[in-house]
Amino acid sequence: MSALDHKSRREGASTSRARLRHRFNGWLTHHRLSAAESLARVLDNPVSSLLTWLVIGIALALPAALDVALDNARKLSDKWDSPAQLSLFLAATASADEARELHRELQERPDIAAVVFVSREEALQEFSLLSGFADVLDSLDNNPLPDLLLVTPAPEAGPVAALHRELSADPRVAEAVLDMAWLERLNTLMELSRRMVLALGGVLVAGVVLILGNTIRLAIESRREEIVVVKLVGGSNGFVRRPFLYTGLWYGVGGGFFAALLVAAALWFLGEPVARLAELYQSSFELGGLGIMGSLNLVVLGGLLGLAGAWLAVSRHLGRIAPR
Amino acid sequence: MITFDRVSKRYAEGHEALSEVSVEISQNELVFLTGHSGAGKSTLLRLIMLIERPSRGQVIVDGQNLARIGNRGIPAHRRNIGVVFQNHQLLFDRSVYHNVALPLVIAGYDQREVGRRVRAALDKVGLLARERALPITLSGGEQQRVGIARAVVARPRILLADEPTGNLDPALSAEIMQLFEAFNQVGVTVLIASHDLALISRLHHRILTLRDGRLVSNRA
Ligand SMILES: Nc1ncnc2c1ncn2[C@@H]1O[C@H](COP(=O)(O)OP(=O)(O)OP(=O)(O)O)[C@@H](O)[C@H]1O
Ligand SMILES: [Mg+2]
Repeated sequence: MSALDHKSRREGASTSRARLRHRFNGWLTHHRLSAAESLARVLDNPVSSLLTWLVIGIALALPAALDVALDNARKLSDKWDSPAQLSLFLAATASADEARELHRELQERPDIAAVVFVSREEALQEFSLLSGFADVLDSLDNNPLPDLLLVTPAPEAGPVAALHRELSADPRVAEAVLDMAWLERLNTLMELSRRMVLALGGVLVAGVVLILGNTIRLAIESRREEIVVVKLVGGSNGFVRRPFLYTGLWYGVGGGFFAALLVAAALWFLGEPVARLAELYQSSFELGGLGIMGSLNLVVLGGLLGLAGAWLAVSRHLGRIAPR
Repeated sequence: MITFDRVSKRYAEGHEALSEVSVEISQNELVFLTGHSGAGKSTLLRLIMLIERPSRGQVIVDGQNLARIGNRGIPAHRRNIGVVFQNHQLLFDRSVYHNVALPLVIAGYDQREVGRRVRAALDKVGLLARERALPITLSGGEQQRVGIARAVVARPRILLADEPTGNLDPALSAEIMQLFEAFNQVGVTVLIASHDLALISRLHHRILTLRDGRLVSNRA
């Protein structure tokens, strides 16, 4: 191969690289132009754009707000979860001394916060007072009720179930009852709510995609002639598609932004009464919000849905617009 | 440059718009295409730019058999051809400048280069002063010239024009034909459909005549 040959070949490679760079720059420029132009078009119709943003915002805010509410409920129920109470019914064979000894033993354990001893006499008294069966109970020869120890586990202790198992095995204890039924009910309810929010969210997200798809379809219709002209002078499908995808993106991002705003507004609106309620219950509970990341996620989700809707519209309607 | 080999085009409605047309147009040529209304002039041009595909026969443009170009290749093919349309096909919500710039933006030129070329093209058609105007504010002849500027701005090797002098007065028509001759002189292959026989016969170029879709005369 001659030196000249070599040189011209190298030049060929470098011009083709230059052309590639030139094409890439052009592509980038068109992206910038499409993005800016689509945004300008969206902002040019402030009323209709605002309505679109609000519709999408509301549709996204609803599941987001419910999710936040569930998160708060979970936080609350977690607080209730640990100090579940354990009722120890002592064996009838256990003497009063044994009961007191067990009481002391339990009080000294680090994983137990408090123990209340309710003697069988006290229990009988209380029961007869509350039930109104005083006469019947008086006529009984002996007290059918066992001694009772009400155990509150320390909040920082491990799972209550382990303590429950251990105390059940104690010979002085006839039965250890963990009052967890309401907690289980609550958890089941929470799981149910979570799934309902998920289903609702799915439906609303699909709705958002359809709304945006329709908005973009209208945009395509209103620019039909322009599309024909662009195709006539050699615009590729990607070129024609680009501005509409950006339009979808802007609608979606705006909608996500409004959704985050709506959720924040709702939380602000509820914040004070919730704080007062927490105070009444002497709880340190504070209403949690979306946070920066959550809000950002909502905006990103909106943008993705916008793109999806635009893609749907573009792939269904752009192909049909061909020069005649 | 452009070869038609026994090309027929039957539209879906069943009417045969072109029948067995064979013709060869070489580079550097300027050719007129004439015939009565409905003779198939626009159809022939549409086949070249792949708005339609032939029912039979082959069309070869710049060495490439158009049957081999799939739908994805159509935009790239059209970018190599400048077209002046019978009904202008301008964007009426964009300025003259942006209309003319469209092919360059599509081809991905950077903005400085776009500006340079658009002004050169507008200068050639004598509309440099109107670059900011909206097409709606221009006369029919001026709109036609914007269309011509857009067709040549990307310096295509082939220029097609469908009735470019459709409703212009004779003086303006002659001026526009001179413009096409000037492009032809710098090496562009030009094909112009027109039924202004009086005008085109004065210009001493090859004239193809269609009648009911058949090529009935092909004289220089
Ligand atoms: N899209 C179409 N669908 C069906 N028939 C068509 C279509 N376009 C054109 N035709 C028919 O094909 C024939 C040729 O039409 P064409 O537009 O090529 O004629 P033309 O020579 O350009 O006429 P004009 O001088 O009026 O523009 C006509 O009979 C017309 O009715
Ligand atoms: Mg025609």
